[in-house]
Amino acid sequence: MADHDSLEHRLAEQGISRRAFLKFCAAMASLMALPPGSAVAIAAALAKAKRPSVIWLSFQECTGCTESLTRSHSPTLESLIFDMISLDYHHTLQAASGFAAEKSRDDAMQAYYGKYLLLVDGSIPTKDGGVYSTIAGRSNLDLLHEAAKGAAAIVAVGTCAAFGGIPMAKPNPTGAVAVSDLIKDKPIINISGCPPIPAVITGVLAHYLTFGELPALDELGRPKAFYGETIHDHCYRRPFYDQGKFAKTFDDEGARNGWCLYELGCKGPTTHNACATTKWNGGAGFPIEAGHGCLGCSEPNFWDAGSFYAPLPAPSADVTTIAEVAAVTGAAAAVALSALDRAKKKRAQQAHEKLTVKDL
Amino acid sequence: MNPQDLLYWVRGTGLQIAAAIFVLGMSYRMLHLVLLGRKKSLAIPRGSEWAYGLRIMWQRSFVLPELSARGKFTVVAGYIFHLGFLITLFFLSQHIDMLRAILKFGWPALPRSVIDIAAILSIAAMIALLVHRIIDPVKRLLSDFQDYLTWALTFLPLLTGFMLLRSIGFGYTTLLTLHILSVELLLIAIPFTKLAHMFSTFVSRWYNGASAGFRGVKA
Amino acid sequence: MIINVEVADPYSVGNIAAILSEIASRLGTLADGGETSLIDLKSLPLSSGEYEHLRFTLGRGEVTASLDAIGMSEIVETQFSGVWWITHYNDQGDIVADLIEIATIPNILLSQPEDMRTGLALLHAIISRPASSHD
Repeated sequence: MADHDSLEHRLAEQGISRRAFLKFCAAMASLMALPPGSAVAIAAALAKAKRPSVIWLSFQECTGCTESLTRSHSPTLESLIFDMISLDYHHTLQAASGFAAEKSRDDAMQAYYGKYLLLVDGSIPTKDGGVYSTIAGRSNLDLLHEAAKGAAAIVAVGTCAAFGGIPMAKPNPTGAVAVSDLIKDKPIINISGCPPIPAVITGVLAHYLTFGELPALDELGRPKAFYGETIHDHCYRRPFYDQGKFAKTFDDEGARNGWCLYELGCKGPTTHNACATTKWNGGAGFPIEAGHGCLGCSEPNFWDAGSFYAPLPAPSADVTTIAEVAAVTGAAAAVALSALDRAKKKRAQQAHEKLTVKDL
Repeated sequence: MNPQDLLYWVRGTGLQIAAAIFVLGMSYRMLHLVLLGRKKSLAIPRGSEWAYGLRIMWQRSFVLPELSARGKFTVVAGYIFHLGFLITLFFLSQHIDMLRAILKFGWPALPRSVIDIAAILSIAAMIALLVHRIIDPVKRLLSDFQDYLTWALTFLPLLTGFMLLRSIGFGYTTLLTLHILSVELLLIAIPFTKLAHMFSTFVSRWYNGASAGFRGVKA
Repeated sequence: MIINVEVADPYSVGNIAAILSEIASRLGTLADGGETSLIDLKSLPLSSGEYEHLRFTLGRGEVTASLDAIGMSEIVETQFSGVWWITHYNDQGDIVADLIEIATIPNILLSQPEDMRTGLALLHAIISRPASSHD
């Protein structure tokens, strides 16, 4: 019968039926935006998958990403995924502390060298040798390079790890960079968002376990299943955009009618994430459903991309002053050159002698 | 440079460069044109220069009825293109959003259905005009590289804008970047090409009107 | 002060008609002896008004089943025979999958071979137990 370390066996031990497992797989297929019929195939693959070791490093971050993830960590159907991995180091969540904690990480890194998954949240400060963020006296920079060496793949959780995020925003005092700026020789998957949708982390892990490889990624290294389309593409207010019905302020008639928030600075059209379908807080909603535009938090440099409340077509820099200066300069040049032309003409006229037959 | 950075650049620095070249070039060209001046005529005016100049400026915006069949196509298609282009440019809500940010004032938008029709007609007219330019032997002979260049520079913003509104072909970020970039190319080209007629046509109409008015004849 | 928040008119938005015609075409396939299929409602952009409108339009038919497996699941045959609405909940009652299955019977209702084998083993254990233990 089944391998004793297999998921099938572990689930059976916990009294979880095959039907319940199929239900979990249906939820995963829906989450990963796979064709709904693929639940059966996922079930077959997951049942045979081995538990991979997972090491989680937290760098220059606010713990919001971990907070987001632990919201899906209560014993629910989705949390079944945590029966499928072995989380060997996470300094916020683990019970061990001090030397014991560091040792458990080193042990896991040694035992599963070349096989473990490395999850990183937070950006990495590089200025002044990386002194601005250290764990147990070692810089984040150092820890990342060491842990990345034996990793099968790296998952950058959150916009800070994926793109530098808020620590990298101007003026970036710590010289913060993203994981992909430092590690070039490992597959990196970016799960951006501030914070990322917890279910996306679950979905990516499920995909890795099911297919034994990272899911298809977009040009920014994000899984296409979740970041392939924009908030705008799946927004329930989209029909209003298409009809040109826009809220002009947050409390006008349009806002009350639930019209499109484009003119109030919604970045939904240029933001790739799954909020509009996966939603937040157990499916309660997502920012636009609460009447606020999308901030674009899953995109690079979202913090420095102009006002959150300026509409997308509005210039991101001051064009008015430049145009005014250009108009005045152009006019002055025209006046000056015309004056010059006239003076030249006049001089020519004065210097000119009447044409006579002799000249011909 | 990632797609977001690129979009941010075309919305910022790119637009600043394009706007500076366009405004500087046009303000220089138009004022220079006006200041060219003519020798003051010592004759006694037979009519008002200004009133007739302004009247012709306005009047010439309408079709002259006495046109040949061949000319008629160019005129009608030309009108459709210009009207559609202007309606789309000034009355699409997204464009008003942008202009409001620059000019510090705005105006109401037209319904999307009207904009859609205007844009489609404008695009169709441009294509028809290009085909006609290539097929018609006289027009083909008269056309040079600049004619095709200015056609392309004018067509691209219309095309990318329409694709953007209807989500055709590429993602929103890509299309928005391409659209703004195509507009910037157009803005930069205007002062250096015959596209400068967008202003100079009114200057020359006024001049024609004014000189006729001065002499008291019909322009 | 009471602020009257009006929900956008769900009937005018136009997402529903597309879903209904998709269901109709798939039901046609099934009725002609073709394959079963699934539609994932979570992947579709629906306002809450439209969602209710879809529920109302499909209605409830003759069969209702529920599944208790790490949270409830509700399996309802709609008034259109062969069109099933399946909603999987987790322990907290959040919806984790919301599907329309076009099938003669939804797959999740079928007994699974693995579960049957587990049950069979249990049954054999009961049968082979000495009769004296019954008291």
